[in-house]
Amino acid sequence: MLRFVGRRAAQAIPLLLVVSLLVFALIHAVPGGPLALYLDNPNVRPQDIERLRRAMGLDRPLTEQYLSWLWSFVRGDWGYSYADGRPVMDRLLERVPATLELVGVSTVAAVIVALLTGTLSAARRGFDRVATVAAVAGMSLPVFWFGLVLQLVFANQLGWLPSSGRSSFSGGGFVDQLSHLILPAAVLAAAHAAGWSRYLRGSMHQVLAMPFVLAARARGVGERGIVLRHALRHALLPFATVVLLDASIMASGAVVTESVFAWPGVGSLFTESLARRDYTVLMAFMMCASVAVVILSLVADVTVHALDPRTREQE
Amino acid sequence: MSTALRAFTARLPPPSSQAFRSGPWAAGVLLASLLLLAALAPFVAPYGVDVLDLANRRGAPSQSHWFGTDELGRDLFTRVLYGARISLAIGLVSAAVSAVIGVSVGSLAGYAGRWVDGLLMRVTDAMLSVPRLPLLMISAAVLEPGVPLLILLVGAAGWMETARVVRAEVQSIKARDFVAAARAVGAAAPRVVIRHVLPGVVPTAAVATTLAVGRGILLESALSFFGVGVQPPTASWGNMLYQAQTTMSSEPWLGVFPGAFIFVTVLCCNVLGNALSSPRHG
Repeated sequence: MLRFVGRRAAQAIPLLLVVSLLVFALIHAVPGGPLALYLDNPNVRPQDIERLRRAMGLDRPLTEQYLSWLWSFVRGDWGYSYADGRPVMDRLLERVPATLELVGVSTVAAVIVALLTGTLSAARRGFDRVATVAAVAGMSLPVFWFGLVLQLVFANQLGWLPSSGRSSFSGGGFVDQLSHLILPAAVLAAAHAAGWSRYLRGSMHQVLAMPFVLAARARGVGERGIVLRHALRHALLPFATVVLLDASIMASGAVVTESVFAWPGVGSLFTESLARRDYTVLMAFMMCASVAVVILSLVADVTVHALDPRTREQE
Repeated sequence: MSTALRAFTARLPPPSSQAFRSGPWAAGVLLASLLLLAALAPFVAPYGVDVLDLANRRGAPSQSHWFGTDELGRDLFTRVLYGARISLAIGLVSAAVSAVIGVSVGSLAGYAGRWVDGLLMRVTDAMLSVPRLPLLMISAAVLEPGVPLLILLVGAAGWMETARVVRAEVQSIKARDFVAAARAVGAAAPRVVIRHVLPGVVPTAAVATTLAVGRGILLESALSFFGVGVQPPTASWGNMLYQAQTTMSSEPWLGVFPGAFIFVTVLCCNVLGNALSSPRHG
């Protein structure tokens, strides 16, 4: 077990190196480099740019820059934001709780909806038809448009829920915060619930076709027992891994949803930084998001390995 | 792998109802008519694309302007039709780009095996670990692309799913007897791959590409929505939404219609991809 974890972790390292190269190359592909923003600014003199370039080490060879950037990143020195001069790590960390709240709540909601509809779809044909249409529709929704339409209906027309932010200006209690959370969480949850319920339904169908289900039926196990105790239990593990493996899509979704609803999380920090071309923040965001995705897929692999003996026999 | 693709690649049980079977047909017809409308936009659009009607700005949908007018009095229906040309072109061509890269990488990795496979799949995994939309948003902000470069970017961000399914398919075909027979009579590797392996990959690649069309349209619209995609005055469904988001409460039609077109188009692509991936019945 420990050996397996160690080997997977070792495999994750070259993966992260490739990711870091990608992110680094991207930022340095800017015509003018990371200081491009200042080049267009008439208030910044050429000699200032030259001084900045030297101070930030941008005059050194690219490989040297990459290695020193990577080493500082690993040590937790992520540089300073171009926008306000504060340490990038502080800026990111202060936004993390809001994002965790939004992503956590919407993931839990999506998992519950997916479990219910996926199981029912596998068991009931009539329900399945409705669920299929709903799920394909859910997967096709442009997230930002769905957010705008929900804002329009529930905030502007009906006035039931606030349209943006995490709480009212006056602060507000638990109910106030909850009411701010409902719309963005619903938007983020919708697409995932759709995809995950389809996946669960697919693997339930595969399980239901297996001989052991036939054997259980032959022993006189009722339909409810077959679906819940036999099929669902088998389908749960792949379902859980899919949820973990979707972290990357979740990150993209959070960027869009947080921006539409002005949710003060990491995702809206990303769009704000993009508008200001605040490259240190953007690089740190990409690295953190990718590291999180890689770690979650590692967790998924290890979980499967620990819980499913069949995957161990293959080695 | 994307949620949609994974969900669809899990084999669906045979569709039973008439309604379900007619779904893909309806989606195909709808997509085809959208393509036709987009291609014929200069002839079917009720107004010129940049005709301003300053007396009639921010008009609600009416008999003369079906979808209303925007802040410059331009007819929204006309702009949606012209936007369709850009959005559909980006979706279709970027999917083709993804297909070319994905099939090349996937078949190379699957057929060559060993270290080539290891290297290519490591790169594929790395690309899948980077959140796609933020990556594209940075690239687009950095490069400030025109439409052709935007197509390349969206295509370059979407080949990984195709590469994975093609690789798996190639691996299974490679183990079949007819491939061994072709090799035994002395066919070189490129010939074996092109003549004997790739034809078997077509169905899988077709499904992945159909889904990539929808994804490409979504990505373009998201990029344009954040102002880093297609730049005005060129209309795309995404940048129409970008311009509409601030006036959503007073002039909702400016956002509702372009978004609805994105939604319906992507829906059609997904329904088609879904139908292509499930086994044929009748």
